[in-house]
Amino acid sequence: MSLDEAQLETWEESGRQVLAPVGRWAVGSLAIVEREIRRHADAARGPIVIDLSRIRTLDTAGAWTIYRTARNLNAAGISVDVIGASEEQTALIDAVRAAEAEPEPDPDTGNSFVNMVAHIGQSAIEIARETADLLGFFGLILVTAARTVVRPRRIRATSLFYHMEEVGLNAIPIVGLMSFLIGIVLAFQGASQLQRFGAEVFVVNLVAISVLREIGVLMTAIIVAGRSGSAFTAQIGSMKVNEEVDAMQTLGLDPIEVLVLPRLFALAITLPLLAFFADIMGLIGGGLMAWIALDISPATFIERLRVAVSMWSFWVGILKAPFFAFLIAMIGCYEGFQVTGSATSVGQRTTRSVVEAIFLVIVVDAVFSIFFQIVGI
Amino acid sequence: MAHEQDVAIRIRGLKTQFGRQVIHENLDLDVRRGEVIGVVGGSGTGKSVLLRTIVGLNRPVAGSIEVLGHPVTGANAEQMLELERRWGVLFQDGALFSSLTVEENIEVPLKEHTQMSHAFRKEIAALKVRMVGLPMTACAKYPSQLSGGMRKRAGLARALALDPDVLFLDEPTAGLDPIGAAAFDQLIRRLQQSLGLTVFMVTHDLDSLHAICDRIAVLADHRVSVIGPMDVMLRSEHPWVREYFHGPRARAALG
Repeated sequence: MSLDEAQLETWEESGRQVLAPVGRWAVGSLAIVEREIRRHADAARGPIVIDLSRIRTLDTAGAWTIYRTARNLNAAGISVDVIGASEEQTALIDAVRAAEAEPEPDPDTGNSFVNMVAHIGQSAIEIARETADLLGFFGLILVTAARTVVRPRRIRATSLFYHMEEVGLNAIPIVGLMSFLIGIVLAFQGASQLQRFGAEVFVVNLVAISVLREIGVLMTAIIVAGRSGSAFTAQIGSMKVNEEVDAMQTLGLDPIEVLVLPRLFALAITLPLLAFFADIMGLIGGGLMAWIALDISPATFIERLRVAVSMWSFWVGILKAPFFAFLIAMIGCYEGFQVTGSATSVGQRTTRSVVEAIFLVIVVDAVFSIFFQIVGI
Repeated sequence: MAHEQDVAIRIRGLKTQFGRQVIHENLDLDVRRGEVIGVVGGSGTGKSVLLRTIVGLNRPVAGSIEVLGHPVTGANAEQMLELERRWGVLFQDGALFSSLTVEENIEVPLKEHTQMSHAFRKEIAALKVRMVGLPMTACAKYPSQLSGGMRKRAGLARALALDPDVLFLDEPTAGLDPIGAAAFDQLIRRLQQSLGLTVFMVTHDLDSLHAICDRIAVLADHRVSVIGPMDVMLRSEHPWVREYFHGPRARAALG
């Protein structure tokens, strides 16, 4: 028998059953003998002797197992003698007895159907509450922003420029690349369809209208929501966990003014610029593909562009950008402030922030489409 | 020095540094089995770094560390795992996993290192909760719902889950009120005696040093400059030790 194993030996002796733990009764080796000694104890009818003289190592888990067995037998009206314990072992068992505790039973989980209905109800209430909160936050931002615009000296310039660099300048490579590739894809797919009608040259209309009105600004907003909206939530969320936000308030600083407005203004300034850059890159991608696949020279492309696209198509796209910027910044910051206590909460809120921001951006984009349709642009 | 078998932690010629900043140089320390050793030193002398280095969270530049006769420096993953099952560490604020309840926190090492049944695991977790003096109602709570003192106790319960031979404590009484701190000292002393633990404690608390430490090691000048029981500290001529143990707060604490 290895020294690292726990065993339970048992025999009859003058009408009494002897349970003798052998070897190492410690936390790592108890899994099997714990069940075994419980089974013996449950089956016991007559008096029992627990002989500890052959235990080599005993720790609190082992002491607990022995103590529990003796206690349960006593409770069942069976006499128990614990013999052969060394001084140390007795002390350990006494220490365990002093801290005697039973785990609380698992709470009653109830009927699963009822739980499901209750869960749906709770979620509905939760959504209503969050929407109301978000509206409240929206109002708070507007009021604070209005106050700051009246007194522009209150704008934190350093913070504003830092965030402009972070969300605007540093996003240029990824936004440009995405937009360029989308321009290529659009031109390529459009070309293969339009060629069938001999209307290849309309590829220019297709690329220009879709990039300028929709895709340029929408893709930019989605990338920025994933890149910066999530960063806002994580930054503010970890400040919340660290009680930095509370500290700010006690120092008389308004968290909305210090944390939210610089991010909001930075995004509102840079997102239209990024969208403009995305438009240009999308057109370059489309033009390049048109040149390669359809032999439309850049000169022809630009010529066509002038005819096909009114200035309004461009403005329709760019006008939407500040609204998207506002949504992304607001949701990013709002979810940051909703973080409570733990590190898990930061992760959950960051995920929600990105999903909600992208969802709302697309909803608002749809509303804009209908609006522009009605006003006839 | 102490007999070979009586040494729980043996450090020889330890050198640690971050970048070009040397924290420890040529540091020797023996911690005997079954003693409570308190490590003190000014801010930045690397008390916590020493603790983290012993438990393998920080790699030393030179020197050797042995815990319970097994080398920590240069141990492979398997040897390290074997050692980690034999020590428990209490970090400053408990370092409980914030997404788990107290009970689940204590069950983490049990689940990872033993094949216990779920019910038995819960029994052991409940036992540890009571041993560190927490009410049973704390079991189902999350760390963020507990006070600082309760989080420390819960952290201690988790450190004790696998019945370690050596217990490492990083400023166990920092941030507790004097009554809570005294109770925590007594708790550590009681557990140390009933479980036969070796305790390595980084602390600033003169009351703790006085109440429960068998020996005190002073970190200064990159090494252990003075080591011994309280009366050695009081007699020491080392300037920092004099200032520490004869300052106004020390006179109040040591009476």
